[in-house]
Amino acid sequence: MTQEPRAGYWLLVGILTAVVALGLFAWIIQLRDGKVVGGYTKDSFWGVYIANFITIIGVSYGGAVVSAILRLTGAGWRAPLTRIAEATAVVTVFVGALCIIPSVGQPARMLEFFYRPNLSSPLIWDSLAILTYGFATLVFFYLPLIPDLVEARKTMGAKAGRLRRLLWEKLSWGWQGGKAQRHLLHRSVGLLAIMIIPLAVSVHSVLAWAFAVSSTRPWWSESLWAPYFVVAALYSGVALVILSVAMLRRMFHLEPFITERHFVRLSYILATLGALYLYLTVADFLPGAYHGQPATLAVFRALLVGSYAPWFWLVVVMGLALPLLIVAMPRTRHTGWIVFAAACINVTFWIKRVLMVVVPATYNTITGTLAPYHFTWVSVSITLGAMAAIPLLLLILFRFVPILSVTEIEEVEEKAGAVAGGGEAVGKSITAAAQAPVPAKAS
Amino acid sequence: MATLTPPPHDRGPAAAPQPPAGPPPRPDAGAGLPGDGRKQFGRRTFLSYLGAMGLGAAAASRIDLVPYRAVDAGHAVKAGAKHQWCMILDLRYCDGCKACTAACQQAHYLPKDQEWIKVYKLQSAAGQTYHLPRPCMMCEDPPCQAVCPVGATFRTDEGLVLIDQNVCIGCRTCMAACPYEARYFNGSKPPPAPRQPFKQNAEWPVPQIEGTVGKCVWCAARLPHGMLPACVAGCPMGVIYIGDLTTDVAVNGQGKLIRIAKFLRENGAVRLKEELGTHPRVYYIPGYGQDLNASSAISG
Repeated sequence: MTQEPRAGYWLLVGILTAVVALGLFAWIIQLRDGKVVGGYTKDSFWGVYIANFITIIGVSYGGAVVSAILRLTGAGWRAPLTRIAEATAVVTVFVGALCIIPSVGQPARMLEFFYRPNLSSPLIWDSLAILTYGFATLVFFYLPLIPDLVEARKTMGAKAGRLRRLLWEKLSWGWQGGKAQRHLLHRSVGLLAIMIIPLAVSVHSVLAWAFAVSSTRPWWSESLWAPYFVVAALYSGVALVILSVAMLRRMFHLEPFITERHFVRLSYILATLGALYLYLTVADFLPGAYHGQPATLAVFRALLVGSYAPWFWLVVVMGLALPLLIVAMPRTRHTGWIVFAAACINVTFWIKRVLMVVVPATYNTITGTLAPYHFTWVSVSITLGAMAAIPLLLLILFRFVPILSVTEIEEVEEKAGAVAGGGEAVGKSITAAAQAPVPAKAS
Repeated sequence: MATLTPPPHDRGPAAAPQPPAGPPPRPDAGAGLPGDGRKQFGRRTFLSYLGAMGLGAAAASRIDLVPYRAVDAGHAVKAGAKHQWCMILDLRYCDGCKACTAACQQAHYLPKDQEWIKVYKLQSAAGQTYHLPRPCMMCEDPPCQAVCPVGATFRTDEGLVLIDQNVCIGCRTCMAACPYEARYFNGSKPPPAPRQPFKQNAEWPVPQIEGTVGKCVWCAARLPHGMLPACVAGCPMGVIYIGDLTTDVAVNGQGKLIRIAKFLRENGAVRLKEELGTHPRVYYIPGYGQDLNASSAISG
């Protein structure tokens, strides 16, 4: 099922590699010249790198939870999407965790996290949560992959080349597809699907709590922040799943399997989360803006009507209102528009995270004033490099592993009582399976 | 927003024996009416309790600060520690000349944007301008220490909060946690420093290490030798006192000696952001009776 990509594939890989290389180059410059070239000033101890870290770790959540929730609820239409969703989760948590490195002043000392941890620091728990979650996403991606590796080895034969054949053989661990093996696999995947949800919730909650280290820094210690982070991560994560699916569908000729119906269903999830996030945004701002404590008010004023207002309202309009409208109106509820909405969400939610980090960080708790924050070419390049690394790694990954979970699609079809046929038939039967309330998982 | 409030837990010996306090009996209270006695008595007791509490609170907030030795230093003093350092800043004499900042930067070979003792120019609600030099508060319960993921920030037995820059990973979480903006990150190479008598260490962090966080150390390497911190020696107005709570003596750059407990009590000393419970070791003498809670910035 590992298909040969279309012509544009290598062009896209080339462009993305160049952007990642630019990011790495900028990081080397920053290592040489110090954090000042990355936009650090005495008035802003944290900035865009922390925002990148939250954004990218956040989008990872979408892939993991979309796959897990759809598995648990037995949504049959998920079958051609789960592999892509899980791979997106793995790739983003990997890239996201790396994003903390340019933020740290002495990256070579980061191993101290393991050999001299201070357990009262939120950062230790943060890193622990991310490592656990990262490992879980990897297993969650890998387990359902095992039968497909065997399948791919059979169907592709010598065409696959020696490297891939060896990789598939080693990674499939002698999978025979017997009843006991299948049962065990179902059990494990079902268990993981349950486990990964609280794990992901914990990652984004601890991430939010790492900001609540100071009682004097406004906005960061809002009790709403943990659920706010979780919903933001889910929302932008589902948007990224839509983007990944769209990109890979085009690159690997998956149009017969992934149809507009899939995008529409994902967009429903997106709209639900978007509405929830809109509500939480109001809940986040209204009390603070109403009681008007000086520190909170200084930050909220800058966001709502002050120097950061254009960016904040851009997030509200492009990241929340517009996607909700696109999904709500039948006229725009089509693949192209949905992908556009997802792109808007991913860009604006990065902006939102920059605002969430930078505005309280530039607030001086003695004078009660806000200092300006500036981007530099180094920080912009590192950011672009990190963002480009996500599609690049996905494109490379699916040259090595089957992009569709063939076994799962077949199982869903068996359950739906459909006869497996060509691509068109698969697409139809998947949608048929979605309409029938049949649980896809035996467990 | 500078918040200078007195320590609420500090009850002076003058404040402690306050039982007779309370409103005097009102002449028209009708205390002598028969059958009414119990009710009157109850209300009066209640009122006198309220009065005692009010006076106690007022005394604690306006005048008295003494038993920081009993309450504060009590839990903070480690057995066997020779000194318990503290700092007193007499704002009545500070004219904002920033000589302390310059002396500090010179002594530690700091870049210009690192003002380990920073002089804020603030305006009280009544429109008065005053200056607030802010060294490290050397909190007895330092938030920066709690959040450091690798334990690079530590507190000595003598009450100094220091950073081991050979351990610090430069994550700057401590800068987020510090309520006094006392910490600075070395975002570029520090200015060149001549060879120092001993190796760079937490007590004498010269030169600063790039990619780590630095802050005021009260010139920790000088203190045991009876030398004054650079800012104390550099202040031409004698604003800054360095003191030792174990001997109850503090001294400023002019050589003026004070008894700490008496000086704080008599001059209405307060600590910065007392309400946060960080228990700073820096005491301010506000001087003009300005309401420091309602101060706003004039310039950074």
